[in-house]
Amino acid sequence: MRHVISLLIENESGALSRVSGLFSARGYNIESLTVAPTEDASMSRMTIVTTGSDDIIEQITKQLNKLVDVIKVVDISESAHIERELMLVKVRATGKDRDEMKRMTDIFRARIIDVTEASYVVELTGNQAKLDAFIGAIGPDLILETVRSGICGIGRGDRVLKI
Amino acid sequence: MVLSGAEIVVRCLQEEKVEYVFGYPGGAVLFLYDALFNQDKVKHVLVRHEQAAVHAADGFSRSTSKVGVALVTSGPGATNAVTGIATAYCDSIPMVIISGQVPTAAIGQDAFQEVDTVGITRPCVKHTFLVKDVREVASTIKKAFHIARTGRPGPVLVDIPKDVTMHKCEFEYPEDIVMRSYNPVTKGHQGQIRKAVQLLLEARRPMIYTGGGAILSDAAEQLTRLTRLLGMPITNTLMGLGGYPASDRQYLGMPGMHGTYEANMAMHYSDVLLAIGARFDDRVIGNPDHFAEEPRKIIHLDIDPSSISKRVKVDVPIVGDVREVLEQMIQQIESAPARPNADALESWWKQIDDWRSRDCMKYRNSDEIIKPQFVVQKLWEVTGGDAIITSDVGQHQMWAAQYYRFDKPRRWLNSGGLGTMGVGLPYAMGAQLAHPGAPVACITGEASIQMNIQELSTCKQFRLPIKICNLNNRFLGMVRQWQQLFHGGRYSESYMDSLPDFAKLAESYGHIGLRVDKPGDVEGALREAFARKDDLVFLDFQVDRTENVYPMVQGGKGLTDMILSAEDL
Ligand SMILES: Cc1ncc(C[n+]2csc(CCOP(=O)(O)OP(=O)(O)O)c2C)c(N)n1
Repeated sequence: MRHVISLLIENESGALSRVSGLFSARGYNIESLTVAPTEDASMSRMTIVTTGSDDIIEQITKQLNKLVDVIKVVDISESAHIERELMLVKVRATGKDRDEMKRMTDIFRARIIDVTEASYVVELTGNQAKLDAFIGAIGPDLILETVRSGICGIGRGDRVLKI
Repeated sequence: MVLSGAEIVVRCLQEEKVEYVFGYPGGAVLFLYDALFNQDKVKHVLVRHEQAAVHAADGFSRSTSKVGVALVTSGPGATNAVTGIATAYCDSIPMVIISGQVPTAAIGQDAFQEVDTVGITRPCVKHTFLVKDVREVASTIKKAFHIARTGRPGPVLVDIPKDVTMHKCEFEYPEDIVMRSYNPVTKGHQGQIRKAVQLLLEARRPMIYTGGGAILSDAAEQLTRLTRLLGMPITNTLMGLGGYPASDRQYLGMPGMHGTYEANMAMHYSDVLLAIGARFDDRVIGNPDHFAEEPRKIIHLDIDPSSISKRVKVDVPIVGDVREVLEQMIQQIESAPARPNADALESWWKQIDDWRSRDCMKYRNSDEIIKPQFVVQKLWEVTGGDAIITSDVGQHQMWAAQYYRFDKPRRWLNSGGLGTMGVGLPYAMGAQLAHPGAPVACITGEASIQMNIQELSTCKQFRLPIKICNLNNRFLGMVRQWQQLFHGGRYSESYMDSLPDFAKLAESYGHIGLRVDKPGDVEGALREAFARKDDLVFLDFQVDRTENVYPMVQGGKGLTDMILSAEDL
C-alpha cells in the first residue's frame, strides 16, 4: 500500500542523511522525498511517499520517530489529506504542435512560463495522477524534458502537524 | 571563565563525573590530550588499538551502568573505533565517543587523516554530532551524555574539529537539556499494564522471557520480585543473564539456539509469554513462522516501540522503562484480588520438570582430555559464582553462558548482538578498572584473544589482574562446528595454525602464563591464578579439539527442533 508520511525534523546538517540512510539500511522504499524549512526555520518539513505492508509502515513510522532529530511523524494518508506535486515540462512547440500545446495547457490548467520559438516550459501542479495524465496526453515525442518536485502533503480540515 | 574547546571538553567530562576515558592520541586531538594532561580528575587509559578503547569503555559501562567514554583521533583513529561503536550499538550500551576531526576549514578537502566520521558511523550510533563552533561544545556534550543514557541507551559520537578545540569561549555547563525532538517515555500505560496483569493471572502456561533491556534498566530486583510473586518460570537470554538468579528453581536456563531444552519448550508451548526488554531475535526464537504456529498471547515490555511487533506480533505492547513498568506491574498485581491459577501452574511446572529431567546440559567428561565445559564449571566453583565474566565470540562464549551460572546482573559481559570477536580482553579491562579488587575473568578462544592481544600491554601498564581463560581448541571452533554439521565436515580455513605459546607470550608482556593440559590440573591452575590477586594470569587450557556446543537449534528450524547431544545427529 502507498503511504504519505509527513514529518517535522530539526533543520540540522546530517538530518536528511539520517532519514534517507534509515530507508536504505532497512530496505524500505522511497517513491519520493521532499524537504524544506518551515515558517520556523529551525525546523524542516519532510513528505515521504513510500509503499509497504501495514507491518512495514508501522516499523517505518516507529523507526523515524526513533531518530533523535525527528520531532513528529504522521502518516497523513491514514485520513483525508491533500497531495500536490509541481512539474515543469519543456515541450516542443513548433508548427501545429504549438497551438495544441497551448490547448493542452489550458485543459489541464497548467501555465506556460517560458516561451521560445521552438519550445514552451509548462508548469503544472496537482496530484500524481494529474501530472501523469498530462504527460500521457502530450506523449513522449513532444516532451523535451520533465522535472517533478515529488509530493508535498497536508491533512485536510483541523488536522495540523505542528509542535 | 574563558576556556579553550579542549579544556571545555575535559571540564564537561568532569561535570559528568567521568572517571576513565579510554583512548589513543593523534594529531587532531592534541589539544584535547593537552587539556587532559593538565588535570587529574579524569583518568586516561592508553590502549594499544582504538577498537579496544571503545570496547573497554563499553565493558566499563556494562559492568557499572555508567556511560563509557572513549577518545580517538581523526581518520584511522575513528575508523578503528567503528567496530567498537557498532558492537555497543547492537547491545544498546550507553557511550560517548569523542573523535577528533580535521580543522573546520579543511573538512571536505581530503585533508590528511580526514574521513567523514559522522557519515561512517551514522548507521551504528544512536546519534552523532559534528561540533562546528566552540560555543556549542558544552551543550553538545551535555546532550550526548543525555541521549546516550536515556531511552534505549546507545553510543553517541561527538566529532570535534581541531580548530574548535583550540578556540576559546566562556564555559558554563548547562544544568539540563531540553530537546523538543527527543523525549523518551519511561512510565508504562496503566491500562496496558492492567491488560497484561489480567492475562498473566489467567494464564495456564505462562512464561517470562527477559533480555538485555532488563539488565540495562537495572531491573533485576523488580524482575525477581515479580517472578516470585507470580510463581512462574523465567528464562534470560544471552544478553539478559543475571537478570534473574540462575540458581533459583524458577529459572529455566537460557533460551534459543544454544539454550536449554526446558526453556525452549516452555517458550514455545506457553499460552502467555511476558517478554521484557527482549527483542525476539532469530538466535532466540528460531524460525518465526514455526514460533507463530503455537497460539499464545504475547505481552511485550520495551523502552523502544520499534522493537515491539517487529519480528512477532504482540498482543499487549507496553512502552516504558523496564524497571518502572515492573514496579507498576507489581503494584497492580499486589492490589488485584485475583491470584495466579494455582492448579494450572502446578501442572505446568510438572510438565516443565519433565522437560528438565532430560538434563540437556549434561556432557561426557573425561579424565584424559580437558572438556571446555568442565573448565567453565570449575571456574564457577573456584570463584563462588561471583566473578565478573567477559567472553569473546564462539563456542567458548556459549559454554560460558551455559555453565557459569549468573546470579547477579552486570556480571556477564559479551557481544550478543554484533558477535564481535576480540571484545573479551578489553571488556575485562573496563570491568576491572570499574571494580578494582573484584575477580574478573575473560573466557576466550585462541582465535578471539588474538584479535586484541596487544591489550596485554595496557593491562601491564594499568596493573589489571585479569584472569584469562583461553579454551584453546586450535580451531575457529564455532565455525568448525557449523562446517561439521552443515558443510560435510569440510573444515575450510577454520583451523588456527602457527599459534604462539600463549604462556610465554603473556610472560613477555610481563604477566604470568600457565599452560594446562590435564583435567586434573584445571582446578589447581584456577586456584593459583585467583590467588595471585595482583597479577594478570593467562591460563592456556588445551581443550578437546572437537567438542561441540549443545543443545542446538539449527538456523531456520523451530525452537522445539533441538539437537540435544552428538548422539542425536
Ligand atoms: C570479528 C569477527 N570475525 C569473524 C567472526 C566469525 N566467527 C564467529 S565464532 C568464530 C571462531 C572463534 O574461534 P575462537 O575464538 O577460537 O573460539 P571457539 O569457537 O573455538 O571457542 C568466528 C571466526 C566473528 N564473530 N567476529
